[in-house]
Amino acid sequence: MTQENLLMIPEISVVILLLPLLGFLFNIFFGKRIGRLSSTIATGIMGICLALASYIAFTKFVYYPDNGMIQLKFDWFTLGPGNAVSVGIGVDNMTAMMLVVVTLISFLVHLFSTEYMRDDKRYSRFFAYLGIFTFSMLGIVIANNFLFMYIFWELVGLSSYLLIGFWYEKDSAANASKKAFITNRVGDLGFFAGIMILFFTYRTFFFDDIFAKILGDSLHGIAPILPFNSGFWLTVAGILIFCGAIGKSAQFPLHIWLPDAMEGPTPVSALIHAATMVAAGVYLTARVFPMFTAHALLFVAYTGAITAFLAATIAITQNDFKKVLAYSTVSQLGYMVMGIGVGAFTNGFFHLVTHAWFKACLFLASGSVIHAMHHAMHHLNDHHTDPQDIRNMGGLRKTMPLTYLTFLFATIAISGVPFTSGFLSKDGILAGTLAFAQLTGNWLIPIAGFGAAGMTAFYMFRLTIEAFHGVPKTKIATQTKENKFVIVFPLVLLAVMSFWFFYSANPIDASKGWFASRMKAPATSVPTAYQFRFLVPEERLKQEEEAQEKLEKANVDENTEKLKKRIHEELEIAYATGQENRDSVEKYKQEFLKNKEEAKARARHPLMAKKSMKDGSGEKEEFLTVFEEKIEEAHLPAMFISVLIAGLGILLSFTVYQFKAMNSDNLANQFGLLYRLSYNKWYIDEIYDASVIWFTLNFSKVLGLFDLKVIDGIVNLTAWVARLAGQATGIFDNVVVDGLVNLIANVTGTLGSIMRKFQTGRVQTYIGLTIVVVILLVYFLA
Amino acid sequence: MGIGLTHYLILSGILFAIGLFAVITRRNAIMVLMGLELILNSANINFIAFSRFGGINLDGQVAAIFVIVLAVTEAAIALAIILNIYQNYKHIRIDEINKLKE
Amino acid sequence: MLEALFYIFAAMIIGSAAVTAFTKNILYAAFALLFTFFGVAAIYVLLSADFLAISQIMIYIGGILVLIIFGVMLTTNVSIVDIKEGFTGKTSFIIAGIFSAITCIFFIYLAFKMPFINHAPKDVKLPNDSTIKPLGKLLMTNYLLAFEVASVVLLIAIIGAAMIARRHDD
Repeated sequence: MTQENLLMIPEISVVILLLPLLGFLFNIFFGKRIGRLSSTIATGIMGICLALASYIAFTKFVYYPDNGMIQLKFDWFTLGPGNAVSVGIGVDNMTAMMLVVVTLISFLVHLFSTEYMRDDKRYSRFFAYLGIFTFSMLGIVIANNFLFMYIFWELVGLSSYLLIGFWYEKDSAANASKKAFITNRVGDLGFFAGIMILFFTYRTFFFDDIFAKILGDSLHGIAPILPFNSGFWLTVAGILIFCGAIGKSAQFPLHIWLPDAMEGPTPVSALIHAATMVAAGVYLTARVFPMFTAHALLFVAYTGAITAFLAATIAITQNDFKKVLAYSTVSQLGYMVMGIGVGAFTNGFFHLVTHAWFKACLFLASGSVIHAMHHAMHHLNDHHTDPQDIRNMGGLRKTMPLTYLTFLFATIAISGVPFTSGFLSKDGILAGTLAFAQLTGNWLIPIAGFGAAGMTAFYMFRLTIEAFHGVPKTKIATQTKENKFVIVFPLVLLAVMSFWFFYSANPIDASKGWFASRMKAPATSVPTAYQFRFLVPEERLKQEEEAQEKLEKANVDENTEKLKKRIHEELEIAYATGQENRDSVEKYKQEFLKNKEEAKARARHPLMAKKSMKDGSGEKEEFLTVFEEKIEEAHLPAMFISVLIAGLGILLSFTVYQFKAMNSDNLANQFGLLYRLSYNKWYIDEIYDASVIWFTLNFSKVLGLFDLKVIDGIVNLTAWVARLAGQATGIFDNVVVDGLVNLIANVTGTLGSIMRKFQTGRVQTYIGLTIVVVILLVYFLA
Repeated sequence: MGIGLTHYLILSGILFAIGLFAVITRRNAIMVLMGLELILNSANINFIAFSRFGGINLDGQVAAIFVIVLAVTEAAIALAIILNIYQNYKHIRIDEINKLKE
Repeated sequence: MLEALFYIFAAMIIGSAAVTAFTKNILYAAFALLFTFFGVAAIYVLLSADFLAISQIMIYIGGILVLIIFGVMLTTNVSIVDIKEGFTGKTSFIIAGIFSAITCIFFIYLAFKMPFINHAPKDVKLPNDSTIKPLGKLLMTNYLLAFEVASVVLLIAIIGAAMIARRHDD
């Protein structure tokens, strides 16, 4: 860090972090008393946060774009001498961007909720929860160490639990909140284990320190430090930490909680389960990107690809408005993870940001629709129809024009149509997958990516057409009305944010825009031996090669000298003794050559790179790694394919749902198996029920039986033995001890009754006896 | 023969025996008390006899003085107790007052 | 002369003591006791203990005996109940008689057989002066502590007696 004042960036970020906490505390303690005012306070606080975050982002991007992470570090607590646990906060470009994303969406959601939650009886409580959520999310964002990250990670989980189960009177909401929490725990367990491995190895929680230690310093001869001295464990640590992201970002196979989480209020879905919290996993993946080894990245990429594809297929057949959006979210999250996994770090994070806008817009629009439906139902005294089912909608275009327009634009953005932000980011990711596939041969990843892109276009337009186009399918739909300004305003703002020009002047290529230049992929820290060669910075490769060559040369020289000497000796002996030793000399020669070959082979690392890279591609200096170069090459083909596929998806959607050229029911029947698979979400919940949950339940039953039979048996046996011993002791007690006691008592009693004869109670007897004794004493003593 | 120590000792022994008899056999508490006075008197005779003949001089008389003092206190307290007993039992038959037996 | 006086007074002491011990009338017993005390005082005189003889008469006869008679009067309903009080029983009478006799014999035996009897001076010169002065000196010197304690004892006895004899109305 430089000594300049940094324009108060760290200090202000702390303020941003703490303000929502203040709002939470205020609302939780005084919320009931102040009633409606609580929303004003909470929204006001978010407004201030947004202003401060914008300031930070502006200063960071404009004045310090290349400063890396601006950090504050301090010792939190000390465990024995020299074992201080340090924590801190840090702001880099990614953080600054995330701060804006979180505060802006949180602000808009607050605004939206003031109207949406108007009739709720726990109005102030809702805003308190939103406040603590925002606090925790900001904490994740500005943490510069694993410890803070993990703490806020769990806090986010908690607030998510509280908000999903906000209407806990509904069983489904209560169950969904539990499901979300428990599923997240599974992932967090991995996250925690990963943190423990790293802390055990590096004795620090800071990202930058850990990365630096993994990297080592080949120039100064500092060897990389790896967990348990093996690249395998580095891979394990990376995958374990990614497990946290799997849980939080709803990646396959832990994605099951997110659709259920839609039981929460819709603004919550927009804030938490679309734009910010679920993005935390992606953010984490991006944060620890430098420490992912090749295997770990492959794992990440495949997880993302599977998630993206699977969720997209499920989204096609869902009928619940929010469920479709939920699966769409899962799918898009898969995209981001896939992007980071293949090394397209910039685009993965870019997609996180753009997706946050349009997905929040979609969710808030759905909230607007549901709100309107609710009101219409209320108007018609109908309490049984599902206001979220798109089969009950239709024709909302006419009654809710603004909502329709914003929703449509966000749909276009998510489908990846040019001139939208979604196109830019999605295209970047797809180009990354293509490049990755070219370099490593994992063609499944781009196939899944393009497939998911096509399906996304299809199901999003299906949703739009079903809900907004055509004629109203129920009476309720005709009764809907456009909502008030505070609901519509966030929609419009978010929709506008989805235009391309916010990120890059070029509508079809973001790689030259300000965003991409500020969010450069960090160089990987993983030693070359465990990383894709194409991801390692060229400069480092060169350095390492030089160092290796030097070492090798020294080795070879040494070996050569040794062998030469040996051969010389042997030759002398051979000359001295005759012909028969010539063979052994030949053997030594061959050995010498073999050693040399092996040493050379060892110097190379053919582990990962399928194609051997050409060294010294010096003509394109601006690329840090070979991979970035490849992405550039893959950009155009990726763009064409994705536009083509998205267009196909939209076209198909219009054909089926708008013009009814094909009957959707017929289609469903034709692809019966696929339809059922998709409709039933690939039976993943059922698989869990039948496997993990069944196993857990039965295992606990077995344990219960074990407890009942064996443990209780042992306990009973012990009790029985103890009782037996007790009885024996009792008999002994009764007979021997009591006998003794009784004997003594009887003797005493008998003696007493004898003595009693003397105890007449009459003074005179006593006197007489006394005198007898005195006389006897005198007689015998005197 | 002159009157010597032995005579006085015999006298006091007889007096003691009579006092003892009274103490043991009498039912009335006051009579018991009288017996006690007899015993004390016999003791005093001994003291003074020894003081006269036994070579302990006036020390024996001093002891006798203390005996008299104690006799007085004993008589006073004993009578007080007897009065108290009388108030509780309406009689002072000492052989019937055997609560101590229980 | 002195022998005669000794025997007369000894007879008086034993006789009146016997009356005290054997009479059934409590008032007789009290009066017999008077004579016993008087006889004992005379014996003291014979033993040349003049101060004690006077004390005997004043304290025993003037104090204790009056006290006893008060006691008799307070505890016995003279007007109604026969004033005679019996003995504890025939058996105890006989046992006590035998026991007392044995005691008496034992003392007489002792009086003859005790070793110091023979060392006792046969004839002691009678002091000419009164014993009051030396007694007073002794009490104020050698026996000062006992003397003081005796005074405290007397005080306590007075308080205690008053306290015990007090009528408990509650």
